Amino acid sequence: MELILIFISAALVNNFVLAYFLGICPFVGVSNKTENALNMGLATTFVMTLTAAATWPIYYYILIPFNVPFLQYVAFIIIIAALVQFVEMYIKKASPSLYRALGIFLPLITTNCAVLGLALFMVLRKYGFIESIIFGFATGVGFTLAIVMMSGIREELEFADIPKPFQGVSITLIIAGMMALAFMGFAGLIRG
Amino acid sequence: MANSLSREFTKGLWQELPPFRLVLGLCPTLAVTNSAVNGLAMGMATIFVLFFSNVLVSLVRRTISSQVRIPAYVVIIATLVTVADMFLAAAFPQISKALGPYIPLIVVNCIILGRAEAFAQKNSVLPTAADTLGIGIGFIISLTLMGAIREVLGFGSIFGVKLLGEWFEPWIVMILPAGAFLVFGGLVALVNHISSRNAAKAAEAAEGAAHGM
Repeated sequence: MELILIFISAALVNNFVLAYFLGICPFVGVSNKTENALNMGLATTFVMTLTAAATWPIYYYILIPFNVPFLQYVAFIIIIAALVQFVEMYIKKASPSLYRALGIFLPLITTNCAVLGLALFMVLRKYGFIESIIFGFATGVGFTLAIVMMSGIREELEFADIPKPFQGVSITLIIAGMMALAFMGFAGLIRG
Repeated sequence: MANSLSREFTKGLWQELPPFRLVLGLCPTLAVTNSAVNGLAMGMATIFVLFFSNVLVSLVRRTISSQVRIPAYVVIIATLVTVADMFLAAAFPQISKALGPYIPLIVVNCIILGRAEAFAQKNSVLPTAADTLGIGIGFIISLTLMGAIREVLGFGSIFGVKLLGEWFEPWIVMILPAGAFLVFGGLVALVNHISSRNAAKAAEAAEGAAHGM
């Protein structure tokens, strides 16, 4: 039950993009086509789940016993960079076509603040190992949901007559604001 | 020399003003600007990390080989962020609490890595210092402005001082996440509008000068 709650909370109610503003850069940058957005979302979900699985043991079995939790930021970012590198190498070998499709987006995941944010929230909320993995996966699902929805709206927007100063980033953010309003409706799911 | 330094400095204040012109560093811009004080504090913490990390990058730019430069920069940045985080927690525990995990998230603020990659690794220390100070001050102004607008609309106060009277019904939405997106989208549009108007004026002036000849 606890795990389901964590999942719903991270994917819908406290959506990383729309409630915590994490991962806004790819959310704005890669959301112009649904196909790209979906690929980016899936790759990010994958990296997030792995990040949760990798940072948890390192924090609790290395940083805490050696009494150096202040190294967490340095440690986490190195783990994430290394993970992204491995994922990139693996996908390149295993599925060259997927690798070509993801191309530039893969290395960008390192600087996706949602991934580091995930590791930080995991520590802050004192999740256990399984909870952390669920949390990482759910966060990725939430990110994918937000970015795919945004790309769908933006594809339609191409046919809309938007005032010039609002074109591009501006309208994307205003739509994100409306999506954030809509997502606030999910808040009742947890408290109720 | 002094001239080019001041140019490096001032470009961060309008031409490359983050986060409106360079659309970088959006997460902190949106997340912590629910009050002017928080925006200012976040801007200060960011300029500290931005300035010292880029000066360091500029100093070691010849010794770091280009294949490992990104991890090296990230380690420099993460170390400085740890310093800033511990300082804030010790000196201003309230602000540190309000900003929460967004202080450590400065590590992945793309402005910092972006400046290191675009400027510091190609330039010596003085221009780098001028560039980062300009960008940093531009960032502080933007964040404080965002925070001030949201605080006025959402609480009717600015820097915690009551500005609007009892008649004012606060727009709660402005301090919620949705308000951040709306205010930021509006400000981007405003900056676009002003700069396109300036460009049109400049074009007109140039045309007028050409006719005058």
